[in-house]
Amino acid sequence: MASTSKSRKTKHIIYYVVMILICMMYLVPMYMAFITSLKARADINLLTAWKFPTHPTAIGYQHAITKLAPYLRNSFVLTISGTVISAFVGAINGYIFSKNKFKGSELVFTLMLFGMFIPYQIILIPLFDTLRRLNMAGLNGLILAHVVYGIPIVTMLFRNFYDQIPNSILESGRIDGASYFTIFTKLILPLSVPSFVVVGIWQFTQIWNEFLWAICLTSQETNPITVGLSQLAGGQAVAWNDSMAGAIISAIPVLCIYIFLGKYFVQGLLAGSVKE
Amino acid sequence: MSRKNSKETLYSVLILLPSIILVAIFVYGFIGNTIYSSMTDWKGMSATPVKNFIGLDNYKSLFTSFMNKGFRQDLVNTVFYTVFLLAGTLIVGLLLAILLDRPIKHEGIYRTIFLYPMSLSFIVSGTVWRWLLAPSGGLNAIPTWFGKNQGTFQWISSKKQIWSFNWQNVLQVLSVLVALLFVVFLISAIASQDKKGIKKNIIVIAALLVFAFLIEPLFPAGLSDEEMHGFNLATLGILFAGTWQYSGYAMALYLAGLRGLSGSIKESAKLDGANEFVYYWKIAIPNLKPITMSAVVIMAHISLKMFDLIYAMAGTDNEFTGHPSVRMYTTTFRANKLALGSAMAVILFLFAAMFIIPYMVHSHKERVQ
Repeated sequence: MASTSKSRKTKHIIYYVVMILICMMYLVPMYMAFITSLKARADINLLTAWKFPTHPTAIGYQHAITKLAPYLRNSFVLTISGTVISAFVGAINGYIFSKNKFKGSELVFTLMLFGMFIPYQIILIPLFDTLRRLNMAGLNGLILAHVVYGIPIVTMLFRNFYDQIPNSILESGRIDGASYFTIFTKLILPLSVPSFVVVGIWQFTQIWNEFLWAICLTSQETNPITVGLSQLAGGQAVAWNDSMAGAIISAIPVLCIYIFLGKYFVQGLLAGSVKE
Repeated sequence: MSRKNSKETLYSVLILLPSIILVAIFVYGFIGNTIYSSMTDWKGMSATPVKNFIGLDNYKSLFTSFMNKGFRQDLVNTVFYTVFLLAGTLIVGLLLAILLDRPIKHEGIYRTIFLYPMSLSFIVSGTVWRWLLAPSGGLNAIPTWFGKNQGTFQWISSKKQIWSFNWQNVLQVLSVLVALLFVVFLISAIASQDKKGIKKNIIVIAALLVFAFLIEPLFPAGLSDEEMHGFNLATLGILFAGTWQYSGYAMALYLAGLRGLSGSIKESAKLDGANEFVYYWKIAIPNLKPITMSAVVIMAHISLKMFDLIYAMAGTDNEFTGHPSVRMYTTTFRANKLALGSAMAVILFLFAAMFIIPYMVHSHKERVQ
């Protein structure tokens, strides 16, 4: 009896050692980015690559912030407007696909979902051409692209949430004489706060992190942060401290969301696949 | 009552209409437009574009002309990127999920650490990994901890290629690979004693092998010269970064699935004397098949989005780490060869469609039921 409890204990210890080692492996890139961002450019070399700087300096952050500030501003404008518009479009679409099904609505839904899975290269050239003709190159065009190509995912997320609201609630609303629209505004919307959080987080991260459209559809003054960072960190002679500081700065908004609202982030991730 | 319902249906359709129109134009219309452009000689954007229909010439050029040799290597890279990213993320993700599928302290912290890379953009993670893999960066310093010389592997610019094959034999190679895939199906059919499945798989394998070794050699060679393509070791670093970033996602999917299996299944398996390995191998993993299916589709889709990661880690002009999406970008927006860029986009789309369409049909059927 004593020996089994002992072997169980050893097993336990091995398990936690393995878990901690794996965690360290996942954290390495973050650690390296952080220590390198605090080094002076001259102090960066292979031998001390893993060591915490002896004289930490914020010079990398200063450079990065000066260079990235306009891109950050663009990204906030882009991300917030894109997210808000998408969320409302998704809510109303989801309400219809879940609670007001009509003949053929499932087919329409499936055809809509298709847009979620296409590699965006296939629409890139006409998108670029169309926005140029509409004189919408720049942030407005980018917002439009994010809203339009976000329709499938936000619609699906809201639909999945509304499927969980029992129809009896709606029926009781109907009996009380609530109309089509008041059911949505008075009954459904107040229940939708968690779904707005999930969809908002999902779209915020997607739009903040997006790069392909950003680099193809915007120009110097309207580039968002991903393009700014790729310029700061690109090329041959890279100031690694600046680019690591830049990477950390661009990651902060999404990392904050992830750390503080992680539960909802994971819900968004899973909704698309498991709950279906 | 029915008049009220038809009124509500009208509202529904009217509200959906803007979304339907936008998706119809921006998704379906644009796909059609790109497919059409790929069959023209469109060069350069202008107010009055000149597009002359030239049929499949662009595709022919991509697959056979000397000028587009690089694109063919990109296609080979795509296959490796997709296969290894799928295998890497799913296997690591499943292992992590199994490790977490027990009562442990601070489970939330572990989950957070495994999943945080997924919240970052490919540009952020690519920037950081580019530094880790740089000649003066972190990974090459690791051997010095053990008293060895620093590593000298050129992670992103290695010229080494393994598993090379001659593009002149591409159809032969492809059919042998597909045959191997069916051998896997055959083995699983034998294991589950599915007689019909065994017969079907044997027929498919035989047909593929007959094609590869008897019919294919009769075709005239598409290329006049030998042209070698294979797995470029320079892509290893990018695969590492991708696996690091997305294995947590697979973990989250699998963990949700494992938790969804009811506790009673696990209990009864234990009572039957099944140890943990048997439980996961024989009971849990087969039950997670639908999750594996979604994960394959999602990861295949992400692997086609590797444009950002490759751009950040290797730039657009690295000939070893290329991907059709990167070449599509340079061809279209730098060289202004819009028709050729469209053709590349269509090929990428067809590749993705192999994964998407079966998945969409399947989930549509499930919803309608």
